[in-house]
Amino acid sequence: MRRPDSLEPGKYVGQSIVKKDAKALVTGKPVYCDDLAPDDCLIIKILRSPHAHAMIRSIDTSKAKLVPGVECVLTYKDVPQHRFTQAGQTYLEASPYDRYILDQHIRCVGDEVAIVAADTEKAALKALKLIKVEYDILPAILDYREALDNEIIIHPEEDWSESDWSHGDNKRNCIYSEEMAVGDVDEIFKECDEVIEESYHTIQNQQSMMETFQTYCYMDTYGRLVIVSSTQVPFHVRRDMANALGIPKSKIRVIKPRIGGGFGAKQTAVCERFPAVVTWLTGKPSKIIYTREETMVIGSARHEMSVDVKLGAMKDGTIRAIEMNVLSNTGAYGEHGPTTIGLAGHKSIPLYGGKFEACRFIAHTVYSNQPSAGAFRGYGAPQGIFALESTVNLMAARLGIDPVTIREKNMLHEGELMPAYFNETANACALDQCMERCKEMIGWDEKYPSKVMPDGHIRSVGVAMAMQGSCISFVDEANVTIKINDDGFYSLLVGSTDMGTGSDTILAQMAADILECDVDDIVTFGVDTDTSPYDSGSYASSTTYLTGNAVVKACQKLRSNLIDRAAKDLECAKEEIEFDGKTFTSVKDGKEITLKDIANNMQGGLSGWQSVTEGGGSPVSPPPYMVGMVEIDLDPMTGKVIPLNYATCVDCGTVVNPNLATVQTEGGIMQGVGMALYENQSYNEKGNNRLRNFMQYKIPTRLDIPEISVDFRASYEPTGPFGAKSIGEIVINTPPPAIADAIFNATGVMLHELPMTPERVWRAMQEKKD
Amino acid sequence: MITIREYLKVKTLQEAWTANQKRSNRVLGGMGWMKMSSANVASVIDLTDLHLDKIEETEEEFIIGAMVSLRQFETHEGLNQYFCNAPKESMRHIVGIQFRNCATMGGSVWLRPGFSDPLTLLLSLDSQVELWVGKEESIFLPLADFCKQKRDNSILVAIHVKKDARKVAYQSFRNTETDFPVLTASVSKKDGIYRAAVGARPALALAIEADNVEELIKKAQELNYSSNIRASADYRKMLADVLIRRAVKELEEEK
Amino acid sequence: MEVKIKLNGKMIMESIEPDLLLLDFCRAHHCKSVKRGCETSNCGLCTVWFDGKPILSCNTLAARANGHEITTLEGLQEEAEEFGMFLAREGGEQCGFCNPGFIMNLLAMARELNDPSDDEIKEYLAGNLCRCTGFSSHMRAIHKWMEYRKEKQS
Repeated sequence: MRRPDSLEPGKYVGQSIVKKDAKALVTGKPVYCDDLAPDDCLIIKILRSPHAHAMIRSIDTSKAKLVPGVECVLTYKDVPQHRFTQAGQTYLEASPYDRYILDQHIRCVGDEVAIVAADTEKAALKALKLIKVEYDILPAILDYREALDNEIIIHPEEDWSESDWSHGDNKRNCIYSEEMAVGDVDEIFKECDEVIEESYHTIQNQQSMMETFQTYCYMDTYGRLVIVSSTQVPFHVRRDMANALGIPKSKIRVIKPRIGGGFGAKQTAVCERFPAVVTWLTGKPSKIIYTREETMVIGSARHEMSVDVKLGAMKDGTIRAIEMNVLSNTGAYGEHGPTTIGLAGHKSIPLYGGKFEACRFIAHTVYSNQPSAGAFRGYGAPQGIFALESTVNLMAARLGIDPVTIREKNMLHEGELMPAYFNETANACALDQCMERCKEMIGWDEKYPSKVMPDGHIRSVGVAMAMQGSCISFVDEANVTIKINDDGFYSLLVGSTDMGTGSDTILAQMAADILECDVDDIVTFGVDTDTSPYDSGSYASSTTYLTGNAVVKACQKLRSNLIDRAAKDLECAKEEIEFDGKTFTSVKDGKEITLKDIANNMQGGLSGWQSVTEGGGSPVSPPPYMVGMVEIDLDPMTGKVIPLNYATCVDCGTVVNPNLATVQTEGGIMQGVGMALYENQSYNEKGNNRLRNFMQYKIPTRLDIPEISVDFRASYEPTGPFGAKSIGEIVINTPPPAIADAIFNATGVMLHELPMTPERVWRAMQEKKD
Repeated sequence: MITIREYLKVKTLQEAWTANQKRSNRVLGGMGWMKMSSANVASVIDLTDLHLDKIEETEEEFIIGAMVSLRQFETHEGLNQYFCNAPKESMRHIVGIQFRNCATMGGSVWLRPGFSDPLTLLLSLDSQVELWVGKEESIFLPLADFCKQKRDNSILVAIHVKKDARKVAYQSFRNTETDFPVLTASVSKKDGIYRAAVGARPALALAIEADNVEELIKKAQELNYSSNIRASADYRKMLADVLIRRAVKELEEEK
Repeated sequence: MEVKIKLNGKMIMESIEPDLLLLDFCRAHHCKSVKRGCETSNCGLCTVWFDGKPILSCNTLAARANGHEITTLEGLQEEAEEFGMFLAREGGEQCGFCNPGFIMNLLAMARELNDPSDDEIKEYLAGNLCRCTGFSSHMRAIHKWMEYRKEKQS
C-alpha cells in the first residue's frame, strides 16, 4: 500500500553501504568496553550461590577483606535495598520490581551473594574463596509446570510490585496472566471437520553473543556516576541503576561503546549494578567482565515454554479456529517474563489472520528456581511459531494436503485485519509472494515430501512461515537530533544502539537521502544519555522502523530550516528555493548560495536553527513476514539430521541495506538451526546448569550450517521510513518448525520438543516402528 | 583460574622426572585442560627443550614424540599414507586448527580421557607408550595396558606405533561437527583379524578383536555404555553397531 | 620470571608472572585486538600467531613464548584491512568482536593452504565462532578476496 506522499529512496536507501565502523572493527581497534576501561579499575568478582533456593543465615567476609589489594567486600547488608527490575523496558516496566542489588533470599544457582572489588583479578578471586556463607536451604521449584499456586513461594516479599496490566500475583508465583478471545471458539471447533490438539515444549537457549556482559564505572568531574556498558538500552540502564541505588537519575550518565553482539541479552542490565554500586560507594573506577560461564549461568536465556495448540479445519483445508495455551518459565526473576509470552500467540496466530473465524489465547508466566530468562531475538514468537506451524503441518498431513497449499489457502494477505494482533490491519504484506519465491528457491514441487538416496539416507523438505513486529506500539519512543556543522557536514545523534547490525549506518543512509548529501557527510553518534536524545533502545525490532522514522522527521525539519535560512539570504520566498543537497537556488532570479556558506552563516548571528530533535512513538507495529524452507539429509540409522539447504524469502518492507539485511537473515537462520537441532540447555536435579560453557553448549560452527539462500519480496509499509519495516528478530523464527516438518516428511514422526537431537529423532522413529 | 608459582624449563628427561615426583608440580602439555582447573601449582614442567615434538618414521614403526601437536599428527604425510588417512580423520573434528596447534599427543594420551579420538585410533593399532621412570632407560608398555593404569609420576616420552601392514578406518559420531564425540570407533584389520577400539561410551576406549564382523559387533555390544549430556547408553550401544559396520565397509573398500 | 618476547616485531623484555596467559600479555601490550570469548578454548577469538602458526593465546602461557615471535592483528594491519574490507562489503563484519581472531586464522590459512576448496576453508576456520553472521558472508568475502589476490599476483 503506497500513499501518494510516500518517500522515494534517494542515492542510499536500498544500497549496500559499508558500515561506518567497519574499518575499526576489521582491524581490531580498541572500541569495546574492556578495551576502553581505565587501567586502574578495581576488578570485580562475584560470589554466587551453589543452591537453587536458600536464605543466607550468616555471611563472614572478615578474612576476605584481609587479602592484600582487596578494596571492599559487599553483602546484602552493605548495599542499598530498593526493589527494581533490570529488564530494559520502557517506563512503566511490565516486569516486576523483584530484585535487590544483593538479597538475603537466594532464588537460583548462580544468584549473587557477595561482591568483591580488588586491585587485581587474583586478589579478588582469592578473597572470594575466603568468604564464609551459611545457608538455610529451602525447597525449590525446579519444574516450572509445578510453580503456579505451589506452597513454595519464590517472591514472598512485601515490597514486590508490578504494573497493573501484567495481572500477576507473587503469592501464586505468577507474574503474568492473559486470556484473549475472538469469536466463539468452542462453537467453531464443533463445526470443524478435523480438530487436532498438540503439546510442544521449547527450552532455554543461550544467547551466546561473542562479547560477554561487561561494564565499567567511574565518577566524573561533577560527582556523577558514569556507567560505560555493553548495553542495548542505555536510557533504561540509567533508570534501573538509579532505582537500584536509590539515587536521583540526574546522578547517572550511561555511555555505550561498540557492542560485541546483543540479540536481546543486553536488553537486561545483567551486570551493571555491581560496578555501579562499587564505584558509587568507593568513589573509585571499577569494572566487571563476565566470564563465559557467568554469561551462561545467569545470562538472560530464552524463556522455556510449553505451548498447547488446538487447530480446527475443514476437509478442503480451510483453517477456522486456533487456540493456544502457553505457560512460560521466567525463572527466579521476572525480567521480560510478562512481555515475551504474548508474542507466542499474538505473533503466530495472525499468520492465518484474515481467514480464521475464532481464536483464543491463554497465557501464564511463572517463577521457578532456575536462572532468570530474558529477551532473546524473537522474544516468545519462536516458541509460539514452532508450535503453531508444526500443528498446521500436521493438519495438512491429516487432510492429505501439501503444507504449502494449506498455507496458500489460509495465509494473511495485504489489507486484511489481524484480530489477534490488536486489530491492526496488514498495511503491507507480501507473504504470498514470499511463499511463491521460496518454493522456487528450494525446488519444493520436485522435492516434496522426500526421497531415499542410494546410501539409505533420506532427503526431505519442510516449510514454515513467520512474522514479528516493528517496535512496541504505544510504548516505545525514539528521538534523534540532527545538527548542521560548519562547512555543511551533519551530526546525527541517536539514542538507539548499534549492536553490530549496522543501524548507525542505516540511519545515516536515510538521513543522507533526505538531506541529499553524501553518506560520509553524516556523522552518527550514539549513545551517551547526556547528549543523545531519548530512545527506548535497540530491541523489539524497533530501530530501523521507529528510530528511522525519527530520522526522517528530524532531517525533513532541518532541511526546511536550511531552506528558510537560504530564502532569507537570497531574499526570496521559501517556496522559491531549490535545494540539491549542495546548493540553494532561487528560481526567481537564479541566485545561488552553497550549503557550506549557509552552514557557516548559521554559526553566528540570529540563526539558532542548526539542530533539530524530532521523534515519537507509534500507534502500530507493522509486522515483517517471511517464509523459510529447508532441505535436510536424515540418516535413518542414527537419526542425525543435516540441514543441507535453507531457502528463505523475507518481506521486511523496503530493504534499506540489502547486504546488512541479508546477513541479519543468515545469522538468524543459523541461530534458529542451532535452536532446532542441538542447543540443549539443561539443569540437573539441584538446579545446576549442566552446559555452562562453549565446550558443552554447542552453537553452530561454519561446518554445521546449511547453504543459506536469501531473497526479499518488499511490500511498502506506509507508516515506515521509506516504506521499511523490521528484520532483526523475525529471521530466527522459521528453522525449528521447518526442520521439524522436514523430519516429519522424511520419517512420519513430528517432534514436539526442541532441540531435535539425533537421539530424539532416532528414538521417535523407533517408537513409531514398535 | 590456575595459579603457578614457578616455570621450569627442563633440559633432560631425568630432570623432568625428578621435578614431577613432587605432588604439587605438573607437566605442561598443550594447557587446554590445565588452564581450566583452579589448582595451585608449585612448578609447571615445560618439556619443549627436550625435542619431543617430532614424528619419526623408521623401518618398523612411527615414533610420535609426546610434544607433537595434534595438528602435526593430523597432517603428517607418512602416517596418513600408512594408516589410510585415519590419523587425519581422527583429528579433524577436534575444536579447531588453533586448538590442535596447541594440544599435544602426549597430553591426550597421558590424560586418558574417555572422549579421546586419538586414543581410540591408537588403540586399534599396535601402539606402545615410552615412559621415563627415573631409570637409565625408558620403559615400554602396550598402550592398552597403559590405559588401565592410574596416572603416576612418570614422564611420557613418546608413542610408538608399529608398521604392521594394518588397514584401518576411523569413524566418530557427533551431535555437532566440532563437539566431543558421542561415540568413536576405529577398526583395523590384519591377517584376517579385526580389531576395533570403541571410545566415548563415554568411558575410555577399549579394544576388542574377532575374525569376523558379526563376532566383532557382538563383542562391542558387550562393552559398558552409559549416559551423559550428549546421549544415552542404549543410543551409544546402537551407534557402536552402526559405526563399526561403517568402518569395516570403508576398510574393505580401501586399496 | 624474565622473558624476551618479540611481539609484532618489537622485542619486549620484562619480568612476568609464570601463570600469565599470552592473551593477557598481548592485551597489556596494547594489542587489544586479542579478545577473550570463552575460557574453554572453543571460540577462537584469542587467535594469535606463535612463530607464524595460529594458536589460542588463552591456551598458552606467556612464559612459553619466551624466545619466540608473537603476531597479533596489530602487526598485520594492512592485510587485515585488505581482507577486512572484503568482509565489510558483504556486511559480514557485524559486531566485530570475533573479527580479529577470525582474520588471524584466515591469514594463517592463506599462508598454509594453496588454493583451498570450500570444505578445506570451512574446516580450517571451524574453530572461529561467530554468532552474528551465519558465516555465509564470510565465505562470499573469502572467495572474492582470494580471487583478488590471484589477480594481483598474476
